[in-house]
Parts: sequence; C-alpha cells; structure tokens
Amino acid sequence: MSIGHTLLGLLESGPRHGYDLKRAFDEKFGHDRPLHYGQVYSTMSRLLKNGLVEVDGIEAGGGPERKRYAITEAGVTDVARWLATPEKPEPYLQSTLFTKVVLALLTGRSAAELLDTQRSEHLRMMRVLTERKRHGDLADQLICDHALFHLEADLRWLELAAARLDTLAREVTA
Amino acid sequence: MNPAGPLLAARGLHKTYGHTKALDGAEFSIRPGEVVAVMGPSGSGKSTLLHCLAGIVTPDAGSIDYQGRELSAMNDAERSALRRGEFGFIFQFGQLVPELTCVENVALPLRLNGARRRDAERTALEWMERVEVDDLASKRPGEVSGGQGQRVAVARSLVTGPRVLFADEPTGALDSLNGERVMQLLTDAARSTDAAVVLVTHEARVAAYSDREIVVRDGRCRDMEHAL
Ligand SMILES: Nc1ncnc2c1ncn2[C@@H]1O[C@H](COP(=O)(O)OP(=O)(O)O)[C@@H](O)[C@H]1O
Ligand SMILES: [Mg+2]
Repeated sequence: MSIGHTLLGLLESGPRHGYDLKRAFDEKFGHDRPLHYGQVYSTMSRLLKNGLVEVDGIEAGGGPERKRYAITEAGVTDVARWLATPEKPEPYLQSTLFTKVVLALLTGRSAAELLDTQRSEHLRMMRVLTERKRHGDLADQLICDHALFHLEADLRWLELAAARLDTLAREVTA
Repeated sequence: MNPAGPLLAARGLHKTYGHTKALDGAEFSIRPGEVVAVMGPSGSGKSTLLHCLAGIVTPDAGSIDYQGRELSAMNDAERSALRRGEFGFIFQFGQLVPELTCVENVALPLRLNGARRRDAERTALEWMERVEVDDLASKRPGEVSGGQGQRVAVARSLVTGPRVLFADEPTGALDSLNGERVMQLLTDAARSTDAAVVLVTHEARVAAYSDREIVVRDGRCRDMEHAL
C-alpha cells in the first residue's frame, strides 16, 4: 500500500499537522499497523521535495510534528491518478483496495467507478486464464481455475464493498 | 449495413414500472460475432435491458436499431418474426416445454417457423451432438439434470441460426463444473456461427468468457471498453 498517496489523500480535505496526519491514518487505515513518526516525516519530506505538498504553517515549539502541511495542485492530480489506475491483479490486494475505496469516499470521488475499473482489470486477466484453460491439459486447467477463483473472490469483495458504499460513506465522513 | 458497425444498438432507453425506474437512459451496442457481458448488481436493470433489446419489452423512450431497422417502428408481427428468426434465447431455467422430448424442444423453433418435422428434428439432433446431449433426444426435460437441460436449451437457442443470442444468467442455477461446461459449449457454438451474444451475468468467471463487459447501475450503462 502506498503511504505517500494515502497521506496525500488525507490532506485533500484540508491542511493538517504531522501528528494529526498520523492520527487520521492510524484511525482509518492503521488497524494493526500504526505508522511510526519516522515514517510520517520521511514520507512528508519526500512529498515536499516532489512539490506534492507545501508547508502551510509551523506551530510554536518547533519539531517536525508541528509543521502544518497542505496539498498542492500537483498533489491533487497525483491522488486522482492513483485512484483512477487499477491495481495489477495479484494476491493480498485487500489493504490497498480498502484504502482506495475509503479515500475515494473521503475526497468526494466516485467509489463505484473505482470498483468498476478494478473489475475490468481483473476481468482482463481472467479472460486470458479462461482462454488458456480452453486449450490446456488437465494440469493447466486446475492451475488456471485456482487463479480464477482467487480473482473472483477479490471481485466479490469489491462488489460487496460497492453495495455497502452508502453505509461506508456515512461512516468515513462522520 | 456497415459490416464493422454495430449489429444491434440502443440509445437513451427508459423504462418505468410504477415508481421504479428500471432503465434510466441506458445505452448498448454489440457488433456481429461479439460476446458482451452485461454485469451489475441485482435489480440494476440488466434483464429489462435484455428484454428491450430483444423486442420482448417495449421501452417508454429511446431507440433500438437492429441492422438499420428501428424496433419501435415495427408492428407486432414483424417484431415476433425477428425474435423467431434472428434472435435466440437462453434463460436461467424454465424454458423447455415439459410435455415435449428434448429433441422436440430443440426442434420447436424450426417447427414454429414452418419446417417439416423430420427436417426440424434432423437439424435439432445435429445441434444436440455439438453440445453433447444427443443421447438425451427422447428424454423429457424432467428426466435430465440441470446441466444437461441447459445444454439442451443452448442447442434450442442456436437451432435457427440466430444472429444474436440473448442469455440471461444461463448458468445461474448450475454448479461450477456444469456452469463452465455450458459456457464453453455456448461460446464455442456461438463463435462457430458468428452469432453475437448478450450475456447477462453477475459472476466474473462467467463474464470471463466474454470479449468485453458493460456495467449496469441504476438503469444506466457504463461501457468499460471506453472507460479508461
Ligand atoms: N415486470 C416488472 N414489474 C415491476 N417491476 C419490475 C418488472 N421488471 C423489473 N422490475 C423492477 O425493475 C428493476 C430492474 O429489474 P431487472 O431488470 O430485473 O434487474 P436485474 O436483472 O438487474 O436484476 C427492479 O427494481 C425490478 O424490481
Ligand atoms: Mg435479472
């Protein structure tokens, strides 16, 4: 999962201090893996260097967690591009897909669109596997079936997420 | 007709049932020989779209063009001739006549078009061989399994040589293995006759037999081919 894009996405709804960013991240995405402060600073200084965020103010007392960051126009474009690009179908996508769905909702983008785009990308690979299965021997068929069932499971989760978008929208914006 | 252009195309379809907008500006198009999956959540309007495209349901507004002819401009007899001659249908279940044998079921569309019984049943048997159910010819639908029944239905849907095959959740009542078999036979048979297939399904593994997919949501369509 891309921490940089996630922090950028969180900044889209308004400027935040470093400590506030960490708290928002942990609350929404860090269930079993809270961010270290070190990760926040290294990520933010990379985003600063690339012009995706700017420092909007510094609270008295110094310390990098006291810096207030704001997203730049280039940053918004970067988040939009990330959300619109489907993930390469592969195992263990859940946390990335979850983050994308939540961020799409937080930033007022269409999560249904994101889900449809990802389904399309999955189907592209599933068509290749289905075609291979048609012409393959039994071993090929079994291997392709295994991959097909896993990709389908991803998609069924995506579909369920789509069906729950309304509820999710209310929860994440609460 | 331009051979590279669409075989069947719909624009701005609206259909309301009471207070339900089943279709709300739906668009669709399919080229000859193409297999298009129609996906989307339950109740989104997939079946209504299929019924409109096939001339079974008349939309409240919008146009449907089949090979340069507007469906709404046809009278009932012309539309019904189109359905019998140019279109084939497969549903989830319940499409075979229980009183007839399987071969009589497959031959039925030809008989309705005026073919003689012997000719109709000979052609029917050829199609049953292609989908590997010719040994069930003299059985009645109640005596065959779900998977076999759907294969009989595939044979029946293709026996008249339709240009468009409409399949609404054709594997919806089958287990994985039988569903796969039906999809393989259905798409092989359709491709061998260059028939286009409108395949309504909510299952990705079934949609993976298509060339492309559209998504129906709240009565509107999203064409994923042109989405990115
Ligand atoms: N004949 C009908 N009478 C009343 N409501 C209908 C009829 N056909 C469909 N609907 C309604 O229109 C909406 C779309 O239905 P349908 O096209 O069957 O969806 P799908 O096939 O995607 O599940 C649903 O809300 C359904 O209840
Ligand atoms: Mg339906």
